[in-house]
Amino acid sequence: MDTTIAEHGASVRLLALGDAAWTVEFGTTIAPAVHARVLGFAGALEQARRAAGRDGSDDDGIGAVIDVVPTFRSLTVYYRPLCCDGERLGAALMHLAESSGTASQEGRRWRIPVCFDDDLAPDLADLAVAKGLSRETVVALMCEATFEVYMIGFMPGFAYMGGLPAILEMPRLSSPRKAVPARSLAVAGSMCAVYPWESPGGWRLLGRTPVPMFSANDAESPSLLASGDRVCWRAIERQAYLEMEAAAAAGTLDKGRLLFLPEES
Amino acid sequence: MSEALIEVIAGGIGNSIQDEGRFGFRHMGITVSGCLDPLLSRCANALLGNAPDCACIEIRAVGPTLRVKRGCVRLALAGEIGAKLRRIDGTLREMSAWTSFTLDSQEVLEIATLPDGGSAYLAVSGGIDSPLQLGSRSTYQRAVMGGIDGKPIVTGNLLPCATQRHRQYRECQAAAWSQGEGPIRVVLGPQVDHFTPEAVRQFLASEYRVTPQTDRMGMRLEGVQLAHASAQAADIVSDGVTPGAIQVPGNGQPIILLVDCQTVGGYPKIATVIGADLPRLGQLKPGECIRFAAVSGAEARQALLVREAQWRAWANRIVAYMSDGPSLDDDLSDAWIASDWS
Repeated sequence: MDTTIAEHGASVRLLALGDAAWTVEFGTTIAPAVHARVLGFAGALEQARRAAGRDGSDDDGIGAVIDVVPTFRSLTVYYRPLCCDGERLGAALMHLAESSGTASQEGRRWRIPVCFDDDLAPDLADLAVAKGLSRETVVALMCEATFEVYMIGFMPGFAYMGGLPAILEMPRLSSPRKAVPARSLAVAGSMCAVYPWESPGGWRLLGRTPVPMFSANDAESPSLLASGDRVCWRAIERQAYLEMEAAAAAGTLDKGRLLFLPEES
Repeated sequence: MSEALIEVIAGGIGNSIQDEGRFGFRHMGITVSGCLDPLLSRCANALLGNAPDCACIEIRAVGPTLRVKRGCVRLALAGEIGAKLRRIDGTLREMSAWTSFTLDSQEVLEIATLPDGGSAYLAVSGGIDSPLQLGSRSTYQRAVMGGIDGKPIVTGNLLPCATQRHRQYRECQAAAWSQGEGPIRVVLGPQVDHFTPEAVRQFLASEYRVTPQTDRMGMRLEGVQLAHASAQAADIVSDGVTPGAIQVPGNGQPIILLVDCQTVGGYPKIATVIGADLPRLGQLKPGECIRFAAVSGAEARQALLVREAQWRAWANRIVAYMSDGPSLDDDLSDAWIASDWS
């Protein structure tokens, strides 16, 4: 994360996504240094959007921005085309992107419980055999690693996370499942994710969390995770899993308790 | 105004509650949704004096049959669609789009079918008052959000809306709103450099046919196969997408993303449809052939301003008229105001 602007600044590109969005691209590959630039720019843009609302003047059109989508390597900025001059907004975004550097503050840190029981982890045994590891070693490796959220996409609340130990990397299943159960912890290639919904999917399922990844009724933050967050998995027994699942269904699960407290981090 | 209720007595197929869409949540993977043809829904709302963001029913195939369960409601249809109105006295009337009409309690409206595709809209005076979720009433099935219980319209749904004080005999009508014609205009990119120059030329010079593989997420086209600059160029590390983006997977056949599309995608996008022409996508029917024309950002903005002016001109030609029936108690001093369309 300590890559300087000079090393990556030359590659910033402004790409038109129609007449109501710009994609500011920091690179074409998946790399932590590129993602750090994305987060740095996202933070600077958020500040600029707040300022645009405050002083009333908005010559560069930042106030017309309605949505942003951070990805592995770019930030797409959506705006109301009738409320600004798109070309000027594009120039302002480039100016901001070239000067924003890497993320100034770290994302939230989560410790999310996962039950690794066989029936909740249908691909765990196969992955362990394929890698010549014991089942317990795979679980230990998953729980020791820190994952970073690159982006939310594919479906609401689906967080693409990097940080999977290289020894656990495996391609997707050759034949995707028709229905992956909601809240399954899954890996594919170098990525890790939790399916927020039951859906078709080809990632390998290593466990299941009782924590909902997406709650439409949580108006503040329907998606549990955000780009830039860091996540550790904590193995739990079946009993604890069932209790937390019931609490989540009843709406009494305190998501705040899943955050690392400052003295722990 | 007290609350009126509309009961869905036949859900039809492909009907959903939509408004102008859900903004501010794309970073969480939540797409904008909303009406596929937002100009047509605006027309339906305008016929009732509604604000443009009032929620209405989008009809994509077999229209629903509705009964006013309680109260008295004014409605309007926009699009290539009609309906049968069954009055409480048993009389049956053919209703056309582009005029408002009023239903008393227990009266039934049987909305027809769009046999070939496209979109039509039924607006209700004051808008359908289903719950707001993340700032919008738009149905987003993938996230079980908006509409009634996050689902399309089904038999048995109860749609809350505003009631009229009494049956109105003054209604409003207008000419059919027509979409622009000619090629669908696009801004090239963001990944136009992932295609050979010949592919870009072919994309802008050939006809593409709309296939039946079309839903609110996207529209698959078929036509001249577009060559990527290299085998690797057929994939990108996912980046942000938007309705109107034209992605081209390895098979070289374009897909236009629509309002329920994902927020990110891993196929290169050769071009993106401009805002002025996005509503036209909601009217394309399987089998129809389209062409694309590239414009600059400045031309796209000009086209949007022209289109907005055309729409305002249409709305300014909405006229009030007296419908059949007694007009004894109709309060004519309460003049119809063209509300704030300018």
